[in-house]
Amino acid sequence: MRLERRTHTPLYIVVLAPLIAVLAALILAAGLIVAAGVNPLTAYGEMLRGALGSRLSITEMLTRATPLIFTGLAAAVAFRAKLWNIGGEGQFFMGALVTAWIGHSLGVPGWLGVPMLLLASMAAGAALLAGPAFLRLRFGVDEVVTTLLLNFIVLLFVGLMIEGPLRDPLAFGWPSSVPVDNAFRLPDLVPRTRLHIGFIFAVIAAATVWLVLSRTVFGAETRAAGLNADAAAFAGISLPRTIMGVALLSGALAGLAGSVEVMGVTAGVTTTMSPGFGYAGIVVAMLAALHPAGVVAAAIFVATVFVGADAMSRATGVPSFIADVIVALCLLTMIVALLFTTYRVRR
Amino acid sequence: MTEAIDLLFNTSLWAAVLRIATPLIFGVLGALLCERAGVLNLGIEGIMTMGAMTGWLAVYLGLPLWLGLVVAASSGAVMGLLHATLTVPLGLSQHVSGLGITLFASALAAYLYRLIVEVGDLPPTIEPFRPIDVPFLSDIPILGPVLFGQAAPTYVALAAVIVVAYMLARTPVGLAIRMTGENPHAVEAQGLNPIRIRIGAVVAGSALMAVGGSFLTMAAFDSFFPGMVQGRGWICIALVVFASWRPGKALLGALLFAFFDAYQLRLQTVVDGVPYQLFLMAPYVLSILALIFVARRAEVPASLMVPYRRGER
Repeated sequence: MRLERRTHTPLYIVVLAPLIAVLAALILAAGLIVAAGVNPLTAYGEMLRGALGSRLSITEMLTRATPLIFTGLAAAVAFRAKLWNIGGEGQFFMGALVTAWIGHSLGVPGWLGVPMLLLASMAAGAALLAGPAFLRLRFGVDEVVTTLLLNFIVLLFVGLMIEGPLRDPLAFGWPSSVPVDNAFRLPDLVPRTRLHIGFIFAVIAAATVWLVLSRTVFGAETRAAGLNADAAAFAGISLPRTIMGVALLSGALAGLAGSVEVMGVTAGVTTTMSPGFGYAGIVVAMLAALHPAGVVAAAIFVATVFVGADAMSRATGVPSFIADVIVALCLLTMIVALLFTTYRVRR
Repeated sequence: MTEAIDLLFNTSLWAAVLRIATPLIFGVLGALLCERAGVLNLGIEGIMTMGAMTGWLAVYLGLPLWLGLVVAASSGAVMGLLHATLTVPLGLSQHVSGLGITLFASALAAYLYRLIVEVGDLPPTIEPFRPIDVPFLSDIPILGPVLFGQAAPTYVALAAVIVVAYMLARTPVGLAIRMTGENPHAVEAQGLNPIRIRIGAVVAGSALMAVGGSFLTMAAFDSFFPGMVQGRGWICIALVVFASWRPGKALLGALLFAFFDAYQLRLQTVVDGVPYQLFLMAPYVLSILALIFVARRAEVPASLMVPYRRGER
């Protein structure tokens, strides 16, 4: 048996790959659910019910999907150019912090303030990734390690700010930053739920990224840089400029995730406000095969697992960490599935 | 200011340096072994978490401490085998697979822990490795308590540096590993199997990483909680680059790093008016600075992250 490169990948294989990967991950995780003494079908049934069983649970799931779409887009854009941005978590928190910081005392009406805060968070996220991108281009420092380490630095910085200058004097218990002004809270999409118009922003962002990647010179250059950097440079594409452009776009998208989460859900920033949105964004991007439209679908799937697992855990007693296991397994099964979209097995 | 300098003359600081360095020494040796064979193992953070959990759990369920280390090493080897299978024969992206291993191993460790251990108000504890006083030697002033009053795994870590350094530099296996990292085609031409060598190196390296993680729950501390590795794995990846892929320099790097970490912890108590988070940031900032400092003259194994497929160039 050996692997042989496909000359052409039929569309059905591209669409089937993530579905097979998810199915394989669910089958593997079923073993762990059995170990907890619960019938996996019951558990998965409870998960579906918990995430999609009622109007409220669906809105809750879409609320959770919103930051995942942004962080998923951030990872997809970067990975396409083989820029390994693993710092989505840090960029998320920078976007969130800047939004609360400026949005607390910005004396402008909402229609003006919300776009201003979104832009500020984009700048913060972009600036945070520009550093590692510069270090890679100038000194050849691997951006995986720098972006990962920055996540820890940023989280400590957030802790410093919300226990110090940005501390909310009215918050009880856990330290929280001052909240954004009520004028900048995003309106509800569905009344009396937590789902806010940030979800629409996320879908618009996905459509915009799709257009940029497929219809602009910059998009073509990104793809070329990722597929074959040497060939791209030979064709006259400036690799440093492309990589830096990708870094700014990717960082900005992850920054938006934090901003929208603050304006839409939490109002203030806490160090526990993200259950790993940045890291889950990597899984979302891979499940989407780095395609912006796929990101929306993959984010909804990952949000379903997370929200559903909480409900399932309450109903059956299976530890809710199973959600993280399923999502991580999806990443591993997906990269194997992707192999078979470019290679086929020959005897 | 004098207080900050006085701290340097405190033997407890230097004893802490070796203690803090121990998980890093294991981790950096493991990462180095994988990378010398040509495979980047970003699963390290998760593998260390897995080792911390399984080693602790084995002891919690009644095994002796030494067998706990064996259990930790085995769990790391299993995760390493998974990473090796995905990246070596299948040739998948070492970046993405490694991150996947980290996410998977961390989540699995937390899940199994929650499944097996009843969690009350306080996490359950075990009786960990205690510092041992080597007879006579530990009575030497200053040096004695620092070098000869450590927990047993610390001596294993120091021995491991010598073993790995000797193995890589002086044995046929070491030569084969280094050659696979530089030019796997040449290895094939010698009649050796680069695929097998890479898998072996990743499995062994991952076992070392897991033992490093287990030091956290079995010597430095006596209980497990998810997220307790706190980026030590990523710091090890940076230290490998800092050490130019050499075991001796890796030991130096780990000690230097542990010194700054031990020093900042003590500095927090004597310096007023500076937020403690700034001190905690120091290790991560230092890692980034170290990477920038050595990046230009780093001697990267030539085939690091280049998948090997027979007959494909």
